[in-house]
Amino acid sequence: MAIPLDQILIQTVNGLVNGMILALVASGLTLIFGIMDVVNFAHGDLVMLGGFVGATTMAATGNFWLAMLVAALTIALIGAVLQITTLRPLLGRDPLTTILATFGMSLVLQKYALWQWGPSARQLQEPITGRFDLFYLQYPWYRVATAILAGAIIGGLWLFLKRGTYGIWIRATTQDRIMASAMGIPVPWVHTAVFAIGAAMAAASGVLFGPLGGVTQTMGADFTLRAFIVVVVGGMGNLGGSILASIFISLLEAYASLFVSPAQAVIVSFVALILTLLFRPTGLFVPTPK
Amino acid sequence: MLSLADVHTYYGKSHILHGVSLEVGPGEVVGLLGRNGVGKSTTLKSVMGLARPARGRVSFDGRDITGLAPHQLARLGLAWVPEDRRIFRLLSVLENLRTGLDRAGMDDARREGLLDKVYRAFPVLRERRHQAGGTLSGGEQQMLAIARAMMLEPRIVLLDEPTEGLMPRMVSQIRDIIGLLNREGVAILLVEQNVPLTLEVSRRVYIMEKGVVRHQALAADLRADQAVIHQYLGV
Amino acid sequence: MTAGSVPAGALVTDGGGAGSILRTEGLTVRFGGLTALNSVSVTVRRGEIRAIIGPNGAGKSTFFNCLTGVIRPTSGRILLDGDDITGLSPDRISRKALARSYQITNILPGATVLENVRIAAQSRRHAWALLRHHRAYADVLARSRAVLASVGLADKEDELAANLSHGEQRNLEIGIALATEPKLLCLDEPTAGMSVTETHATVELVRRIAADLTILIVEHDMEVVMGLARTITVLHYGEVLAEGTPAEIQANPRVQEVYLKT
Repeated sequence: MAIPLDQILIQTVNGLVNGMILALVASGLTLIFGIMDVVNFAHGDLVMLGGFVGATTMAATGNFWLAMLVAALTIALIGAVLQITTLRPLLGRDPLTTILATFGMSLVLQKYALWQWGPSARQLQEPITGRFDLFYLQYPWYRVATAILAGAIIGGLWLFLKRGTYGIWIRATTQDRIMASAMGIPVPWVHTAVFAIGAAMAAASGVLFGPLGGVTQTMGADFTLRAFIVVVVGGMGNLGGSILASIFISLLEAYASLFVSPAQAVIVSFVALILTLLFRPTGLFVPTPK
Repeated sequence: MLSLADVHTYYGKSHILHGVSLEVGPGEVVGLLGRNGVGKSTTLKSVMGLARPARGRVSFDGRDITGLAPHQLARLGLAWVPEDRRIFRLLSVLENLRTGLDRAGMDDARREGLLDKVYRAFPVLRERRHQAGGTLSGGEQQMLAIARAMMLEPRIVLLDEPTEGLMPRMVSQIRDIIGLLNREGVAILLVEQNVPLTLEVSRRVYIMEKGVVRHQALAADLRADQAVIHQYLGV
Repeated sequence: MTAGSVPAGALVTDGGGAGSILRTEGLTVRFGGLTALNSVSVTVRRGEIRAIIGPNGAGKSTFFNCLTGVIRPTSGRILLDGDDITGLSPDRISRKALARSYQITNILPGATVLENVRIAAQSRRHAWALLRHHRAYADVLARSRAVLASVGLADKEDELAANLSHGEQRNLEIGIALATEPKLLCLDEPTAGMSVTETHATVELVRRIAADLTILIVEHDMEVVMGLARTITVLHYGEVLAEGTPAEIQANPRVQEVYLKT
């Protein structure tokens, strides 16, 4: 059965757009894992909370970009508080304890959202309306803008890490937290900061995703799951790898949607995950360890 | 300036330090000798907050610093150069130095000055300043580890076996660096297995055995008394 | 017995090796570009207490790891009582009667002292005797208690292993190794982390059990080494530097040089 080329190209664009949003979520997750060995099961719920805070802010102010900023800052703060109270005391312990802790956080955040915003979903208005002709479709400008913005945020993160004192602190702590501490770097605070940054990026994704899929209390699980798949496929702690893997996974799903329903298309992501674990467990996009 | 009083340190149930007491005066170079496994590195780690003493006290300038976190100790003026160097392999040489250089109170002029001083002491680091730390040779990594510690402008450097695995030419360079630090008034607690070097650069020497300090003497006296050296370090 | 230094790589013979319980021939281990062991040939006679010493990085742990099957040598052979055990897995080597104690205690903390030893003893006898349960029980228990007596833990048989002091735990570990009825017992830094009193107790223990065994011991503590060993092998940068009695080694200027870096 021949698939028309324009359908394939449209799915490519869809895959790239979804990939960039996923990359925004996954890079926070992989940073957090890389620096403090925490598997953050609540990461998707930070996306969800960001979406809700964004929706509320937008309803109050009508400004999408302000909503994104407020959501990012608020969730960053909440993330910092969560890390200090729940994760900092657990540093260095069995990874199972942090998994349980973040899992508990996830439950708390979901119930909180239910209590605060009620059971109904929220919708966010696209800040950029209008479509353009992409083959036979009227493709929304907003989707393209999302991908560009996500890319810009990730690019900003990259620059921040590569230059500047705090970037060095974060990279040093990720590589050797003991030696970093011995150099005067306040490691507990670096951990908190990275968690907050990851949370902020998750919140931004939630707001960006709002116009595309709405905001619901249970949307977090989907993001967490996909983000984990990406982090494993891309190499845990590997920022570049998680970006490539996000795009890779999203493209796979987009192409699979040509043949099956989107709900079934997620199966290819699991297949990718399983194959990675079987044959290249350190990650597909990680150079083979020497 | 730095003193340990009856420090007991465990790794799990393994009782490594059985009551270590020693002192380092301001600007003094003090050697810590002993065979493998007697607890020399553990002693340094107990000072630097990397192994928490179960009993005993570590003091710096009269202040109790037992069990403080490493980053707090670095800010108080203690610098640690570990046995395995622990270079940040994915950071460049300059970035490695910046982990210590980028501190509160360091304006651009001071930073330039300090960096310059260290580059003059270790010209090879200036050459390789943009190279990743992990690509340096063993000797260069040792230079970088010491240079990195100097970035903290410490009052005391805890030097753990700096000459291990180094060629004789580099051992010479280490000797010169210790001399340089000493001239600047930086105290050094030097753990070493290289006895001649230690006796040459130290003013006083402690010898450890089985988790305690068994002997202490002026380096000058030990140079003359090879019997003691043989007893504790030889075969 | 050779006196003074032995050229690196030379085969050390003691008259045909008929009384040898362990012999390595040209044992070499390379990790990428690093040669950890270079053609190490060592012969240990039955009933000996042999100490392996050497400065940092000499290859002592690597040597032990080869003997016990933890790592596979790049080349060379290991013969245990005539049997080639080169490259065998640790459990098969254990069945061939080479037992090892570890630097980091490897006991079962949640089991009692007696159980720890019994499990090891059982592996030696009646490992597959599921149906012979009753008769097997009695002789294994007797053997376990005998082992506990020889390591000085007879009065602690019902104590949880986790509640023992560090020195007692290290002795338990030796007991576990003994319970497997080894021909050769390898002790890896048995007195590490011990106080002087505990060290002396362990030395006594090793002397006691050495009567029916051959013992290979890696140690840093020179008092222990000189006090226990009948023969000492000195390793340096992966090669055999010297072999001889304690007196010979102490008189060897090359060994002193290597240790004192003069």
